[in-house]
Amino acid sequence: MSSSPLLVKNWLDPEAKPFIEFRDVTKLFDGIPAVRDVNLSIYQNELFCLLGGSGSGKTTLLRMLAGFDSPTEGSVWIDGVDITQVPAYERPVNMMFQSYALFPHMTVFDNVAYGLKRDGLPKAQIAERVAELLELVRLSAYAKRKPDQLSGGQRQRVALARALAKRPKVLLLDEPLGALDKNLREDTQLELIKIQESLGMTFIVVTHDQEEAMTLATRIGVMDEGYLVQTDEPHTIYEYPNSTYVADFIGDINLFECVVTENDAGNLVLSAPQLETTIELDDPVVGAVNQTLWYAIRPEKMRLTRDPSTAVNALKGVVHEIAYLGDFSVYWIDLANGFRVRISRPNISRMDDFAEAWGEEVWITWDGSAGVVLSQ
Amino acid sequence: MRLVAKLKSLQRDWVSWVPTLWLGVFFLIPFLVVLKISLSQATIAMPPYLPLFDWVESALEIRLDFGNYLFLIDDPLYGAAYLESVRIAFVSTVITLLIGYPMAYMIATAREPRRTLLLLLVILPFWTSFLLRVYAWIAILKTNGLLNGLLMSLGLISEPLVFLQTDLAVYIGIAYTYLPFMVLPLYASLSKLDRTLLEASEDLGATPWISFVTVTLPLTIPGVIAGSLLVFVPAIGEFVIPALLGGNDTLMIGKVLWNEFFANRDWPIASAVAIIMLFVIVGPLMWLNRINSKTEEATS
Repeated sequence: MSSSPLLVKNWLDPEAKPFIEFRDVTKLFDGIPAVRDVNLSIYQNELFCLLGGSGSGKTTLLRMLAGFDSPTEGSVWIDGVDITQVPAYERPVNMMFQSYALFPHMTVFDNVAYGLKRDGLPKAQIAERVAELLELVRLSAYAKRKPDQLSGGQRQRVALARALAKRPKVLLLDEPLGALDKNLREDTQLELIKIQESLGMTFIVVTHDQEEAMTLATRIGVMDEGYLVQTDEPHTIYEYPNSTYVADFIGDINLFECVVTENDAGNLVLSAPQLETTIELDDPVVGAVNQTLWYAIRPEKMRLTRDPSTAVNALKGVVHEIAYLGDFSVYWIDLANGFRVRISRPNISRMDDFAEAWGEEVWITWDGSAGVVLSQ
Repeated sequence: MRLVAKLKSLQRDWVSWVPTLWLGVFFLIPFLVVLKISLSQATIAMPPYLPLFDWVESALEIRLDFGNYLFLIDDPLYGAAYLESVRIAFVSTVITLLIGYPMAYMIATAREPRRTLLLLLVILPFWTSFLLRVYAWIAILKTNGLLNGLLMSLGLISEPLVFLQTDLAVYIGIAYTYLPFMVLPLYASLSKLDRTLLEASEDLGATPWISFVTVTLPLTIPGVIAGSLLVFVPAIGEFVIPALLGGNDTLMIGKVLWNEFFANRDWPIASAVAIIMLFVIVGPLMWLNRINSKTEEATS
């Protein structure tokens, strides 16, 4: 919840000291890079999401922080201490595993108590702390059960309680909600945020689910082929992606290839053959004449109309397909040159104007500030 | 449709009948024969025992002779031999476990193709004759054998030690021979172990040793029990190894049985020895089986 009033946006403050740092981290597995030259600073109390497809290196990055893998090059720092060489069992981080990794031969109580026992705490204190944690995850009645007697959601909460037990400086969560069904997932997302805020702990979440990342994160780090390609707040990632990869990976987007035809002191004119038009940019963008750029517009930032007279940008097309999704509908419009544009419209009224517009000739319009120009 | 279903269920029944039939023919019937002989009277004849059932003037005479069992209880030799067998089998099993567990652990954590190679090496000795391998140990353990030669050339001992014809030689022989039976079930249960559980314990502050004691070991108890049974049970009745490597005072029940059967030609006593041995083995077997099913229930 990036809008939380409690949140201090430390990453905007150049003076702020990062809490976790990856410095020039590269990881090779048998010579094949899994993580490449990652520099990342995460601040105290953040709920940071590492987002990427499978094989993007996000889990490897997390495992290097937990201490299960060690970087081939570079260093990992927590709270100003270089922990690159510290074994996992001495690191002030705990992890919630994707598979939960609950000990099948131990009860819920013993699972949660496991880390506390390793610290050699007195029995009474352990019992007190475990009771407190089981209350937090609403499993007090299940202390004597074994993991195989629990549902998926209950196991997930035991795993969370176990990872929180030692009050780690950083909690790592690997696809924490991956195995839950949709309704439970949404509830649990909000619950996770609540727990994170109330404990004032730093959470780092690995996920491939962009919606989950958008819901949870204070900031998102998007990874692709081992590179950290963009690190920003969810809003910035969505509205101002820095590459076509990020633009395409987060949400849906229409990408148009363009060529710069004029550069008048930073005010560019682009020729976009796929749009059969030229685009004049309001915002200054760097680009030399004849350079290829991409013009990207989100489907919800384009409108459908039958009368384009007042529009800044307008294009004629034919409705190819309509997908009614309840809360909004998606329209695929074929332009005269065959290029297909995706537009989404919220279903504000019960019967939308264009609900049955198959094959109809319509106009697509958008504002000057609706699109972003991407150079890669 | 119904016919097909019937045929199919018949087929299923047939599949479950095969092992039942096998056990009946090759285990139950011989067992009953041995039981019968153990209850009959020895005599000098062919076969060397009197029949259990007899027709005497149109009456069926059944003569059950419990004397053989009473004799076994009376003579302290047999009780001592049973206890000694169990003790030697137990010590050998513990030694095999202590050697076999680290081996199985190493194999289970090795990468392919090394893993397959190591497994092959464990099974490899099976391809040579068992007797040959035990004789080889005589060459190693005898007074002027390889082991003494090595220890003396290293300067660790000045006089050759007596290994052969001691209990130690029997332990070594049993441990060596039965090692694969220990390693394979342990390997099976170690390779099944979910590695992320060890990462989880390490993450929660457990050193590798504590992780082993609190996670790996409890979760591989079924393998430990299975392997130990596969060594312990045949080791109790072992004859060849104590006969070749053990001393004259190494008293194992297998040797006693052999003596009764071949030297004394007292089949009834030999059969009674065998029947009691069966119960000596079945006892611990059932007990361990119960523990095993309990832990398996917990881990599955």
